Amino acid sequence: MAGISTRYWKWIVFLAALLLLLVVSVAISLSSGEIDITLSRLPQILSQPDSMEFTILTKIRIPRLILAIAVGGALSLSGAILQGIYRNPLVEPYTLGISGGAALGIAIAIVFGLNSLSFLTLPVFGFLGAIITLFLVYFLSIKRAGLSINSMLLIGVMVSFISSSAMMFLMSISTTDNLQSIVFWVMGSLDESNSMLIRIALYSSLAGLIITYFFAQPLNALRLGNAKAKHLGINTDVTVRLLFFVASLLTGIAVSVAGVIGFVGLVIPHLVRLVIGNDYRVLLAGSFLGGAIFLVLSDTIARTIIAPNELPIGVITGFAGGLVFIIVLSRSRSHVKLN
Amino acid sequence: MQSFVKIEHFSCGYPGHFVLDDVSFGIQKGDFVGIIGPNGSGKTTLFKGISAELSALTGVVTLEGKNIHKMSLRQRAQNLAIVTQTIEAGAMTVEEYVLMGRMPYRKQFQFFENENDFAIAEKYMKLTGVDRLRNKYMNALSGGEQQLAGIARALAQEPQLLLLDEPTSHLDITHQVQILNLIRRLSHDLKLTILMIIHDLNLAGEYCDQLIMMQKGGVRKTGVPMDVLNYQDIEAVYDTVVITRTNPVSGKPVVFLISEDVMSTKKLS
Repeated sequence: MAGISTRYWKWIVFLAALLLLLVVSVAISLSSGEIDITLSRLPQILSQPDSMEFTILTKIRIPRLILAIAVGGALSLSGAILQGIYRNPLVEPYTLGISGGAALGIAIAIVFGLNSLSFLTLPVFGFLGAIITLFLVYFLSIKRAGLSINSMLLIGVMVSFISSSAMMFLMSISTTDNLQSIVFWVMGSLDESNSMLIRIALYSSLAGLIITYFFAQPLNALRLGNAKAKHLGINTDVTVRLLFFVASLLTGIAVSVAGVIGFVGLVIPHLVRLVIGNDYRVLLAGSFLGGAIFLVLSDTIARTIIAPNELPIGVITGFAGGLVFIIVLSRSRSHVKLN
Repeated sequence: MQSFVKIEHFSCGYPGHFVLDDVSFGIQKGDFVGIIGPNGSGKTTLFKGISAELSALTGVVTLEGKNIHKMSLRQRAQNLAIVTQTIEAGAMTVEEYVLMGRMPYRKQFQFFENENDFAIAEKYMKLTGVDRLRNKYMNALSGGEQQLAGIARALAQEPQLLLLDEPTSHLDITHQVQILNLIRRLSHDLKLTILMIIHDLNLAGEYCDQLIMMQKGGVRKTGVPMDVLNYQDIEAVYDTVVITRTNPVSGKPVVFLISEDVMSTKKLS
């Protein structure tokens, strides 16, 4: 009995530590940039609404920070969810083709010159691309007997291939200007000036986290497999369908505002699993916080390392995430523990 | 006498063909019943039918008069627990795993286990002897220990009916006997009704109160081991020549097999 209640304490300490780390990352991110703003001056700056620093903070750094938290949290959370419902460690928004679908949607909008219509065009097309892919994967993989998890995964991979081929086709027939914007978009960026989009991203990722928590126990039961979770009285069909939908929405929104930012959904949940275990009651929040920290730090590096220019954030997440992951995996004695 | 578990004219199967055809039998409360029969005779399908994993094509399965197929998933999990042949619980500790047995009792959005859940998990971990392994990972246990943990998890569901699918396959005789003694204690001391698929006819005869012999998707014979394990029925069902004797100590039936070359030399002489 003692073993379990100390476990609850461990969870609390772990989440508190992550929260603290997030605060530190936020502080680093706010203070670094072309114009250094030391933290001790923050209260003073925020009380002077007409200073330049105030404008930099509230118009540039803070919105970007919020977007990093929302997108990082959403991508990482949806990775954790998808790994849980598929019982497969390699699943993430990428592998299921959701990101690919979103990217294709964006590419179509750019090639046909629709992005000049409204600032909302690209996000809407990205979102539509993600959602259409989701429904394709979902309906193609429903059999008479119900939802087959393996076929859903395979179809996801195939849809992902098809949309990336379609995107390459579009890129090969498009003008240099369009090509550049597609490429930049595919590499991902948190540079988003529209505050409404940022708010949507934040609220929906938080809502996703809350909804998923209602399914933390069913997700735990699914660690035993579909049939055994049913034996424990869990309605697995409803759980899998609903969580698949939540994960797809989270990814769709994240990708449509920030572009394709890879690795977050794969690397962060795994690192969290390695540290605190596989219980979804701690894993979900841990993944969300971990993803937020990772993206806040990555974005800080992306916009400062070659200042005044900016690297695509996908470059940093790919490099940093991949390297950290390989190092941690090869150092830890155990292999990836998914279940 | 009214049966505790009653299966009446029950048929179920996979799309396209019947696997289980018109099966009927009853089980008394507290009985330890073994299901025997060759591969493909419908033992596992019968389990899937009883646990409503497969829906009934005809007939009903009732537990204390209630139709199991009409129960909600939650109700069913409170009444009926299943220990499968393989337990793929991965990297979770034995204690976490056993606590999962409390899931059917958790309220809609209850997030943490309560005192009662811990006490019940503790009780059954002690009973099955896995309490000393509580902090070990499930995938680090031996096959026998995994089965014991599986039984502890099933008991934590506090079911009326326990289904065991070959709990002793792939185990050495130490673990086979340990597990079967435990199961027997459960049925006799806790008055738990147990249905177990088992391939080993000698273990089935030694430990079970009742046996159900299946053949080609139907029930061939039911009764006490002494009646079911006779060489005529075994030879007919398994298509194998056997000899049956009586265990001099327990008085239970024992089945002997004869190898091909011995058989041919015996026939010649």
